[in-house]
Amino acid sequence: MNLGSRFGSLFCIAAIAAAIVAPNAEAQGRRSTAPAPAANPPAEAVRLLKVRPNIYMLSAGGTNVTVQTGKHGVLLVDAPLPSAAAATFAAIATLTPAPIRYVINTSATRDHIAGNEAVAALGRTSGAGPTLNGAGNTVLLGSAQGMTILAHENVLNELTRATGAAAVSRDVLPTTEYFEPTRDFSFNGEPVIVQHMPNAHSDGDSIVLFRGSDVISAGDVFTPDRYPLIDRAHGGSVQGVIAALNAILAMTVPEAFAEGGTKVIPGHGRLCEETDVAEYRDMVYIVTDRVRDLIAKGKTLVEVQAARPTLDYDDEYRSAAVTPAMFVEAVYASLVADKVTKDH
Amino acid sequence: MQTTGFGGILGLAFMKTQQSLPFGAGIFAVALFQTAASVAWAQNVDFSGAWTPLYHEDGPERLPGPELGDYTGIPVTEAARLRADSYDADRISVVTEYQCRQHSADYSMRGLATLRVDSEVDPPTQRLLAFHTRIGFQAMERTIWLDGRAHPPPEAAHSWQGFSTGVWNGNVLTITTTHLKAYYLRRNGIPSTPNRTLTEHWMRHGDFLTVVTIIDDPAMLTEPLVRSQSWVLDPGQQMGPTECEPATELPGAAQLVPHHLPGTNPWLHLFADEYGLPYAATRGGAETLYPEYRSVMGQPAKPPPAQCDVYCICSTLFDCNRVPGTNLLGGRIPGVPVGGPARAVAPPAATAPPRPAAQ
Repeated sequence: MNLGSRFGSLFCIAAIAAAIVAPNAEAQGRRSTAPAPAANPPAEAVRLLKVRPNIYMLSAGGTNVTVQTGKHGVLLVDAPLPSAAAATFAAIATLTPAPIRYVINTSATRDHIAGNEAVAALGRTSGAGPTLNGAGNTVLLGSAQGMTILAHENVLNELTRATGAAAVSRDVLPTTEYFEPTRDFSFNGEPVIVQHMPNAHSDGDSIVLFRGSDVISAGDVFTPDRYPLIDRAHGGSVQGVIAALNAILAMTVPEAFAEGGTKVIPGHGRLCEETDVAEYRDMVYIVTDRVRDLIAKGKTLVEVQAARPTLDYDDEYRSAAVTPAMFVEAVYASLVADKVTKDH
Repeated sequence: MQTTGFGGILGLAFMKTQQSLPFGAGIFAVALFQTAASVAWAQNVDFSGAWTPLYHEDGPERLPGPELGDYTGIPVTEAARLRADSYDADRISVVTEYQCRQHSADYSMRGLATLRVDSEVDPPTQRLLAFHTRIGFQAMERTIWLDGRAHPPPEAAHSWQGFSTGVWNGNVLTITTTHLKAYYLRRNGIPSTPNRTLTEHWMRHGDFLTVVTIIDDPAMLTEPLVRSQSWVLDPGQQMGPTECEPATELPGAAQLVPHHLPGTNPWLHLFADEYGLPYAATRGGAETLYPEYRSVMGQPAKPPPAQCDVYCICSTLFDCNRVPGTNLLGGRIPGVPVGGPARAVAPPAATAPPRPAAQ
């Protein structure tokens, strides 16, 4: 396959994918189902960071994709942004001629799943599994698109509920869904352990442990460059985020002096290690404690936001995707909902 | 100029010899080559060796540690002040992930441990490629690259020692360090973020090393934080190995992050009260850094203590048994009456607040 000649069509496919999958949530508590606005989004620059000999972090537009390479092919944790798909595939082609055979979606959030279409499209014209260089992959895996897309069943449920402009093509659905707490399999000679993080950023979050490489791909439960995006409308809660971060901390092991060892690839932001996760967990924990205290004093959401419980973290974690007010609102709603549940 | 090592001596000697040689083209070429080599070497000061820190600057802060609520001298932002107010030192012991952490590169230069500097040269060219530093506490090892390499991209992992590159400005080595992990600027909890940049100027004067550190951290500092530290050459120094293994100290600690809710930290006034300072003057901020602040600060509520009697370290440098009014060498301090036995070293246990764990 001539990858270069296909970039144009990939952009079209990417644009279609962007149009049919819900765009990035602009506010806490709701995942927008409106079509993506850009018909031909500008191409994102892709940066490739080697994490381990066979694990890479691909960054484009502030979103990360984990790439595992090896004898079985390429495994992606999350699909690239549609606007970065072509550049992502070109970057992967510099690593290996092997086809992309596995995609794990860590949630239903658009910026991690919209690129499924572009990945699936790689294999269509060859009639075989997705391949980057025409190396002749002839193995059909999983669903009809010729590769396996794995996610928690709540991701599949969410995507199949979408209708109209937000409807998702069957080709890009994660039809290899799992419902148990943990799904594991071996790929490229190492155990890959997919673990559900209940009610964290959403109700369908997964984190992925590459046990041999000692790398965790955390998805959007850990985003060190911004406050957590807590999708309240789809089961997200701050309690779940803290639990997920604690779960990651329980899995990470530093090499020495609280450094090195397990690498953590976040959904957004820089490559991290255990103490980076701990710092982030502490921030979420402390802000949550402050909001809880204000709620106990009878403060309304507006009053809590006016008290600025995130003041000391805003310059470090404020982003357009998650403003301090949005984060506080999500924390407030999580705590109030929890209180209502306990009261009943 | 600090010119050390065989190469430097050879360069200078050769330059002197050239003055008496016949002026031939070949010789001139050699002379040019050697002169250039010696000039290049002259730009480099050899920092390699073993160094012991001196504590005549900011000793009370660096040895016994800062007092709780003492933010003086730091141009903190409002955000940094709130985060420091919220800080509970239990955090670095209860949260096991922090127990064995190193000091970050900016803080380690303030610390208590000895320093060793090794140089790395390119064998064929003998060009200096890097300095490798090791500070004894928690095996803090850093490489200062001098070969012109670029810093990693922003998405690369951060570390306690960060990524350092150095350039020569005459005899001053200017080092830029990025990719540092979040840490604190002062041990009582004034924070630093992983987005900060550390600039150092290393200067050698004979057997003394002076390091000026400049920290830019816009989220936590309204202006760069400039401090200096000195070291003395200590050739006999021996540095032992370091090990650390974290251990859970409380049941359920994995779910616990010690901190103070806003307005509930009971220790913030201790420092102001002890020294009779206006509370606002202890809260830090750029406006409190400069002498002009004295005119608006207000008068202390009481005179300062005659000598350190709380949070002291009773070493030669801070001799708690020293007769008031005398200096470290036993001489009189002009204008200060001499006399009376030294006061008790430690405060009554009942009034002693908890201390941050030394780290």
